[in-house]
Amino acid sequence: MRTPIFLLICLVIAGAAFVAAVAFNNDYVFFAGYVVMQYMVLSTAWNILGGYCGYVNFGTAGFFGLGAYSTVAFHRFYPLPIPILLIFGGVVSGIVGFGMGYLTLRLRGAFFAIATLALAVVLETLVVNWDYVGGSRGAYIVRPEVAPLIGNYVRYLFLIMLLLAVAAITVARLIERSRLGYGFATIRDDEQAAEASGVPTLRLKLIATTISGALMGMAGAPFPYYIGYLQPSSTFGFDYAVNAIAMPLIGGTTSWVGPVIGTLLLASLQQIATVTISSAVNLLIVGCLLVGFVIVAPEGIIGLVHRYIRHKPAGLVGRSRIAADAPGPAP
Amino acid sequence: MNWLLDVKDLGKRFGGFVALENISLAVRAGERVGLIGPNGSGKSTLVNCICGTLRNEAGSVRFDGHLLHRSVAHQRTRLGLARTFQLPRPFASLSLIDNMRIPLIYTVAARGAVHSARDIEARSFELLREVGLDNKAQRLPRDLTQVEMRKLELARAMAAEPKLLIADESMAGLTHSEVEDLLALLKRLNEQGVTIILIEHIMRAVMSFSQRLVVLVSGRKIADGEPDEVVHNPDVERAYLGQ
Repeated sequence: MRTPIFLLICLVIAGAAFVAAVAFNNDYVFFAGYVVMQYMVLSTAWNILGGYCGYVNFGTAGFFGLGAYSTVAFHRFYPLPIPILLIFGGVVSGIVGFGMGYLTLRLRGAFFAIATLALAVVLETLVVNWDYVGGSRGAYIVRPEVAPLIGNYVRYLFLIMLLLAVAAITVARLIERSRLGYGFATIRDDEQAAEASGVPTLRLKLIATTISGALMGMAGAPFPYYIGYLQPSSTFGFDYAVNAIAMPLIGGTTSWVGPVIGTLLLASLQQIATVTISSAVNLLIVGCLLVGFVIVAPEGIIGLVHRYIRHKPAGLVGRSRIAADAPGPAP
Repeated sequence: MNWLLDVKDLGKRFGGFVALENISLAVRAGERVGLIGPNGSGKSTLVNCICGTLRNEAGSVRFDGHLLHRSVAHQRTRLGLARTFQLPRPFASLSLIDNMRIPLIYTVAARGAVHSARDIEARSFELLREVGLDNKAQRLPRDLTQVEMRKLELARAMAAEPKLLIADESMAGLTHSEVEDLLALLKRLNEQGVTIILIEHIMRAVMSFSQRLVVLVSGRKIADGEPDEVVHNPDVERAYLGQ
């Protein structure tokens, strides 16, 4: 399926989801939907580096927080519309993602993961000590009463996050089906063999960290308007990192579909648990599901489906994963 | 003389262990060179230093007129230096045809040679056909036997359209007829103008293939010359058979 058609289908589904949420006529649906979509962006962004390239990033909260605090910083300087803040958050986090990549991508496995975790701690410490954005006191952002076009601001925030999720999924799918995605897959499989085949692994990894970081920052940019009061400890909370890893792992990391399925399953379950049991049970659900999937389906739901297909007659196995007409020269 | 590969006084250490010491090796375009030596003699380390997987601390590597000390592995591949690995390292999540596409996209197309998606597809099938794997083009590498895996490794190196191919123990564990198959393939490649360095323990294969034989022992080169002459060299006999 060509990208414009895919994008159109996504927009139709997003439009249907928005209309369905309006039909409920309950603001909580928008609040909950916002969180689910936010995790869809975060898990999709994580998967670009973690799933496609095989580099496990524990720094999701750092990029997310950076996007959120970019909004606070710009808001204090001059209040801007959210779509513009989204771009600023993406640019700032993308630059930091590039920098992180440059400094850490010679590391592998646990060493890389620890380095990304350290980045989140460093960024949180910087924010705690930066008075302009509220420091350890936190920062208040007063949400406007009325949003452009829609009126209700909560609905507006949900719509923005919905569109951002569509954009993130489209970008992930585009990468997966391009020559860039080919290169990412070789990095995941065997970096030395990739280099020996002419793949510029460092350059590709830098592209992955930049795109991944930028999308995470964009997911964080509207957050101050959603939450109203931004606190460093919760904005840079470890649960963002855990969720952004758990969702693709449960759905499957080798395809854009995995994070989407994982997020719909896990984030929705968390939102239901929050209102029916307790918000504290969230991470317990994540932990239990993750342990279960690691044992039963280490390749996630998508892996389970592929395994099922492989047991079908030959011809469906190992189908070429890149469209034959994948455009553009090698990066 | 104009050498395709010119290694001069190459040295490599791992901590206190000297893996390579003052290795000099020059290879002419179109030549078939055998590189032998007991286990741990530094053959793979030398290949890794030539191909950019490892950095040498001393000496220089010049390939096709380019001094390689600053270039990383993928840049050397793009210059025309390809290798196979001692243990096959296919891209496990990609089908065989996709394994072929990688070097075609990232090396041949990146060199500026125009390769449309259709050309790449056709060339990938052609390469698989050359090694007898075209009927498994859509399979994943895990479905292959050991010999098929080695053929895939060789085909992937060939896909980069190299000027020099270094085959690192491509025949280990193969039967007599399988070795003959791979030798025929390498000779065919050589006839097409590809220079080949064959690292191998199977002496019959090395002797029948090589025009020149180089022997490494304990990180040092102890012999370099005509195969018949080299195998009767007392130092080589001592290295292989002991005092």
